[in-house]
Amino acid sequence: MLTRRIIACLDVSDGMVVKGVRFRNHQVLGEVVELAQRYRDQGIDELVFYDITASGEGRSVDKNWVERCARVLDIPFCVAGGIGDLQTARQILNAGCDKIPVNSPALERPELITELAETFGSQCIVVGIDSMRSESGTLQVWSRTGKVETATDTQRSTMEWAQEAVSRGAGELVLNCMNSDGTKAGYDVGQLRELRECVAVPLIASGGAGCAQDFADVFALADVDGALAAGIFHRGETTVGALKSELLELGVCVRMTN
Amino acid sequence: MIIIVDTGGANLGSIQFCLQRLGTAATLSADPVLIAGAEKVLLPGVGAAADSMKRLEQAELIPVLRGLTCPVLGICLGMQLLFESSEEGDVACLGLLPGRVRKLQPEPGIRVPHIGWNQLALARNSSLMNGVNGSDYFYFVHSFAAPCTEHTVATTVNGGEFASVVQRDNFFGAQFHPERSSASGNRFIRNFLEL
Repeated sequence: MLTRRIIACLDVSDGMVVKGVRFRNHQVLGEVVELAQRYRDQGIDELVFYDITASGEGRSVDKNWVERCARVLDIPFCVAGGIGDLQTARQILNAGCDKIPVNSPALERPELITELAETFGSQCIVVGIDSMRSESGTLQVWSRTGKVETATDTQRSTMEWAQEAVSRGAGELVLNCMNSDGTKAGYDVGQLRELRECVAVPLIASGGAGCAQDFADVFALADVDGALAAGIFHRGETTVGALKSELLELGVCVRMTN
Repeated sequence: MIIIVDTGGANLGSIQFCLQRLGTAATLSADPVLIAGAEKVLLPGVGAAADSMKRLEQAELIPVLRGLTCPVLGICLGMQLLFESSEEGDVACLGLLPGRVRKLQPEPGIRVPHIGWNQLALARNSSLMNGVNGSDYFYFVHSFAAPCTEHTVATTVNGGEFASVVQRDNFFGAQFHPERSSASGNRFIRNFLEL
């Protein structure tokens, strides 16, 4: 049976993993390969590396550490940040990534999704969406959220953009709910449920995980396929293995290792 | 020599690194002569079927691959290319296994692409499956899948059932990514290397 995926997100800046609620000062957590291996050993299902400076600075990801990760990791991982053309995407795949995540460049040029899907197949195109609930309650897509100076409200509706991304060939969506990001108050189940009902591709929840119950809730109530988290692991509040044991007891189908 | 067929834009790096972790050197090549003389051949594939067949054709690899008598392992799209044809781009493939690769169909609660860790149900014995059992998880990421036939070694369910491991004579295929399937994938690759 297909398990629900637990995905750890590592924000990488110059080969080091940093933490911080987005927009705040970053604190160095450790070297990227070392942390990646630790989570792999704990039984993480997938790793996402966000090159947090790439998109904001208009440059592509640094491929040195990508290859170092690919050499040691025997689980799926992908690198997000600044992939804006076929050539970079091909380099990233060749370096060992399994999927190509795109976010801001796809907002600026939506045809990018189509081109990537036609070349590499929809299964490896992941569209990340940073979504913020506005004061009037509408859900809007933000771009270049890696840095406060570059973050922009695109004025696009989250649900409309998600549907366009899928119709252009996105094979998976990651919905980062910015209002809950870093709050530890749980995923934005309502927003994720709304998106779940709009799309048939796998959907990954991001933003707000504080405890095992939050994961169980987002799987049960929003029927997402995976849940992405960062702080809960980085702060050492739990290990991936302990989280999965708890989830199993809560009735979630997860992959247990050892 | 173990050759990983260089299909371009594929999961080449991850397969090569996987073999390195298992202590085996492999050469990345699209040279028909080298491939024809290989001890074992891995045919990777991330991409679209039509695009990959075109690349194999341009490299004049189609007759070479068809004529191989050494153990050959197609991975993900590489496995699909072993079949007669694919619905993806409506393209003729290598025709080493009978059947047409078709798109997975979404159903309520069943997502396409099929992405994540799933299990195998053994359909028949194969030395590729030594030490692998139904509780092991393997990592899948695909939108198209091969039909279950007499050459199916293991099946997997995502809504419908599809062939997740196949074998016909010296041609083997895995729909999942053993190079990304942690301990169970390593065992699977080791089994292939020990053939």
